[in-house]
Amino acid sequence: MNFLAVKTIFLFEMSRMWRTFGQSIASPIISTSLYFIVFGSAIGSRISEIDGINYGAFIVPGLLMLSVLTQSISNASFGIYFPQFTGTIYEIMSAPISYVEIVLGFVGAAACKSMILGILILITAAFFVPLQVDHPMAMLAFLLLTAVTFSLFGFVIGIWADKFEKLQVIPILVITPLTFLGGSFYSLDMLPPFWQKVSLLNPVVYLISGFRWSFYSKADVGVGVSLIMIALLLSSCMLFIRWIFKTGYRIRS
Amino acid sequence: MVMISISNVSKSYKGGFEALKKVNLRIQQGELFALLGPNGAGKTTLISIICGLSRATSGAIQVGGFDIVSDYRQTRQLIGLVPQEISLSIFETVWDAVSFTRGLFGCSPNPDYIERLLKDLALWDKKDNLLMTLSGGMKRRVMIAKALSHEPKVLFLDEPTAGVDVELRQEMWKVVHRLRESGVTIILTTHYIEEAEDMADRIGVIHHGEIILVEEKDKLMKNLGTKQIEICLQEPDTVDVEAFKDFELKFDKSEMILTYDPREKPTEVEDFFAKLTQQGISYTDVKSRHSSLEEIFVKLVRDA
Repeated sequence: MNFLAVKTIFLFEMSRMWRTFGQSIASPIISTSLYFIVFGSAIGSRISEIDGINYGAFIVPGLLMLSVLTQSISNASFGIYFPQFTGTIYEIMSAPISYVEIVLGFVGAAACKSMILGILILITAAFFVPLQVDHPMAMLAFLLLTAVTFSLFGFVIGIWADKFEKLQVIPILVITPLTFLGGSFYSLDMLPPFWQKVSLLNPVVYLISGFRWSFYSKADVGVGVSLIMIALLLSSCMLFIRWIFKTGYRIRS
Repeated sequence: MVMISISNVSKSYKGGFEALKKVNLRIQQGELFALLGPNGAGKTTLISIICGLSRATSGAIQVGGFDIVSDYRQTRQLIGLVPQEISLSIFETVWDAVSFTRGLFGCSPNPDYIERLLKDLALWDKKDNLLMTLSGGMKRRVMIAKALSHEPKVLFLDEPTAGVDVELRQEMWKVVHRLRESGVTIILTTHYIEEAEDMADRIGVIHHGEIILVEEKDKLMKNLGTKQIEICLQEPDTVDVEAFKDFELKFDKSEMILTYDPREKPTEVEDFFAKLTQQGISYTDVKSRHSSLEEIFVKLVRDA
């Protein structure tokens, strides 16, 4: 294992976060805070509790998940796309480093950045809404698994994208709608039975449900089912990345 | 000792285009090998395969005795690559960019070595500058610094002087000379064939994906080169061209240029001057020159 190479890629990617602090940290925290102010404090004060949870507190896991999903994808996709765009990918591909090590460096940094952001958003949320975390270790585990899974997904998008615009297509057109419709702002019980069933086709429902359970011990679907769904998504991304490196898709002719 | 061994390497693409056709080549440790060929001949494809950027369709390559596929960590550790295109992460400083490459190759930080390298390449005073602020020539030198950051034993220079001004080019060649003296094996591709003529130990010519010639430079110049005698005529208008029809001659204003192969016609010069005397032609100057590598290269590619 070329640990030095993994560390080099990891630190290089992390340094981008500090260099683009406004975009990487400040912007998602401010936009999530606005959600807390608008939906939590302003409108939320007129909405009754959901499952016995204050509405402002209820939306915290969903909003946190929204940020973590989009930032994981964005960080990882940009991280691997940028060397392809500038041509510097040649030195990564010609270095004595395996694909597992490349993925560890890029995805590790992307997931780490998302975790830091998630924790910062959680701290910010505590200023606006009454927050409780019933299962802190499970909460961290869900956060980590989600960050890693969607960073892997972002890595795939970064390899697939052949222009900057494509980096935004999946997060904006797929992930954000799925998150909004995945129970970020409501419980599935509030939907008509038909739409409840349709919602179960949305994988983000399972992520938010499991994550919300770690906060308030209440979930739309069983925690075990949520974990299986994350494991399935994680495995799919890993298999897809393995295929990319095995075939050399878009990285090695 | 053979440093790079290429055996029957072919590369074909989906559309059926064959970029390399059963290429065989041995490059000795410590030599400076110039790989010449017209655009699209397969030079960069071959280099890309050796460095791990591309995959051969068939054949085998060993670097330092290691197979580039099964022992890729060992082979890539030995290799430094300066690609044709300037590809840099422009938001980094020179120091960070070079250190990053060293780390990628699994080498622990060595600030003394990086300092020496940057000084050798006249980049030391720019070490804290962002790459985006550097000139094209300096960026090219950063590319070389990155390729040397992990102290490779083999250096591939894929047209490293393209777009570099004469002064910088000469500085870069001094660095290459020093590397060669230190025992680094250098494989060079260049469009400036006079550079290959000046520096290379051996020349390989690739055309349409095939190696059409590999020869020591001196032997190549001797064996494939022709000679020319230029006679500066005193009265060019009085020359009877018909009398010289047995010679390969060209007339250029007041000059008469004889081209001949000394191996095929050893008495050509003697015969020519005898004819000049016989015809009573007087001349003011005589110049002799050997054909350049460029002329040999053009002839080789044209005849291939």
